[in-house]
Amino acid sequence: MSFIEGHLIYWLLICLMMVGLYTLMSCSNLIKKIAGLNVFQTGAILFYVSLGKVTGGTVPIIAEGYESYSNPLPQVLMLTAIVVGVATSALGFALIVRIREAYKSIEEDELDNMDRLDD
Amino acid sequence: MTEHISVLLIIIPLIAAPILVLSNHAKLSWIISLLVTIACAYLSFELLADVQQGNEIHYAMGGWAPPWGIEYIIDPLNALVAFIVCLIALATMVFAPKSVEREIETHQIPLFYAAFLLCFLGLVGMCLTGDIFNMFVFLEISSLASYALIGLGKNRRALTASFHYLILGTLGATFFLLGIGMLLAATGTLNMQDLANLLPAIENRPLLHTAFALIVVGMALKAAIFPMHLWLPNAYTYAPSTVSIFLSATSTKVALYALIRCLYDVFSFEYMLNSWLPQSLLLIGTVAVIYGSWLAIGQREVKKMLAYSSVAQIGYIVIGIGLLSDAGLRASLLHIFNHALMKGMLFMVAGILVYRLNSTDYRSISGMGKRMPITFGALIIGALSLIGVPGTVGFISKWNLAQAALAQQQWLVVVALLVGSLMAVIYCWKLIEVLYFQPATKSRIGKVEQGGDSVARMPVGMIIGLWSLAVLCIYFGFNTDVTLQGAQKAVDALFAAQGVTQ
Repeated sequence: MSFIEGHLIYWLLICLMMVGLYTLMSCSNLIKKIAGLNVFQTGAILFYVSLGKVTGGTVPIIAEGYESYSNPLPQVLMLTAIVVGVATSALGFALIVRIREAYKSIEEDELDNMDRLDD
Repeated sequence: MTEHISVLLIIIPLIAAPILVLSNHAKLSWIISLLVTIACAYLSFELLADVQQGNEIHYAMGGWAPPWGIEYIIDPLNALVAFIVCLIALATMVFAPKSVEREIETHQIPLFYAAFLLCFLGLVGMCLTGDIFNMFVFLEISSLASYALIGLGKNRRALTASFHYLILGTLGATFFLLGIGMLLAATGTLNMQDLANLLPAIENRPLLHTAFALIVVGMALKAAIFPMHLWLPNAYTYAPSTVSIFLSATSTKVALYALIRCLYDVFSFEYMLNSWLPQSLLLIGTVAVIYGSWLAIGQREVKKMLAYSSVAQIGYIVIGIGLLSDAGLRASLLHIFNHALMKGMLFMVAGILVYRLNSTDYRSISGMGKRMPITFGALIIGALSLIGVPGTVGFISKWNLAQAALAQQQWLVVVALLVGSLMAVIYCWKLIEVLYFQPATKSRIGKVEQGGDSVARMPVGMIIGLWSLAVLCIYFGFNTDVTLQGAQKAVDALFAAQGVTQ
């Protein structure tokens, strides 16, 4: 039982990531795909943040009366990963705008059909 | 000064990229990028010469001592890969100006070169860094820049190709990130040498196996190892020619380097030996060789044919990694170098076709062989090299790979090598037949600057870029000492760090 209870956060994260991955694979709308990708990335980010948490620990600033601190390293790493995620989404949306201009559609199956007609 | 070379390789393009954007001048931005790549090629050559004498360079970023700070570790392995990237970037820049003028709108040219430099610095950074999280950051820098570059292609399919690459590339990078997170959770460090020291103590934890699987899958997606190659053909086909040249020659190679580094260095040799990986790498590589070659035969478009051929050639490199021996890894590294040369050159031929004839479709290039002898002379050298004819670089690496496979009596691999080479003969011959034995469709070489209905004249820069790689292809086919020794030293350094004596 403690395997499930003790690792509750990780089970939730796995669910979150799978929701993202499923959205990414099942939706044919490109914007929803990017949304799914974002959810998936958020799962990874939360995974890191939860790694640094120490039970009973506070923010890592040395002060009197506090003994244990959370590990700041994973959080710092995730600042970088969040920036990367924002850049990826921005680039993805920019591409979607260009795709809409070129194809007049952002549904993947319609895009595939149009590409097939071109051949 | 010398100790800062390693970081200068990254700083120079990083500073140059915003300058290009600010300068907002097409011609000037090309000159600056050319100077940057010349400087980087020189520096990386110095670095390679330095580490091949036997000293390993450690550079603590900002003076923060490792394992807390980010450390750059340069050994013969990553110096070799960094040198390949810089060399190809230089050749691409020499080739680029006319092709970029033709394919990119004038106001976007400075931005194009800026993105190119960012992609370049990301790839070099992935090679040089000794910190695994830093590697992820550089991976994303180069990937983001390459999505933007691919999306600039003229055909609207470039956009969907870039979008697919973005989705799959980000998925791969996130898997890699999760793997790193698990390594961090298990050991508390991100420095790769430190990880290598700490991991054997906790070898049997399931956490480590998961991390291993995630890192391998993430990097395999980036390296376009079959069955994760789906983004590659369209991305290479519809990207602007300059981008196809650079990416085909470097980006998958650097991802493969990262894979080698993680497999052999971070996770120990024995760890990998006891896993399911070596056998599956052999199988995947074999299938990739046959499958890629088979699809390449069916293509009627030069760039797409070359892209599928890349899938097959990556298969050879994967086989070398999977053989798990000194000789196999040496053959892989040789092929990384040699394939970068020949595929860069062949994509340059495709770029010249786009410039001069406005198309790379087999129908519109038929009968052009005699009219464009300089271009297709190089193409024939490249094709012979892909097949692996003695006297070209392709032969050297395939020969080494076949020897390594024979030494381990992997008959399946040997058969795949032979069949793959025969299939390469077929797809190269189909192209050559179209070029030389079919009636011409376009009118004679006109005094036009750019292709259209007639054949345009050849810009000097393209000839220099193309033939310098072609000459290197022949030169390293005969003078194998330099490349073989380079690869051997890289392998030795990797195994020495492991304490394995082969």
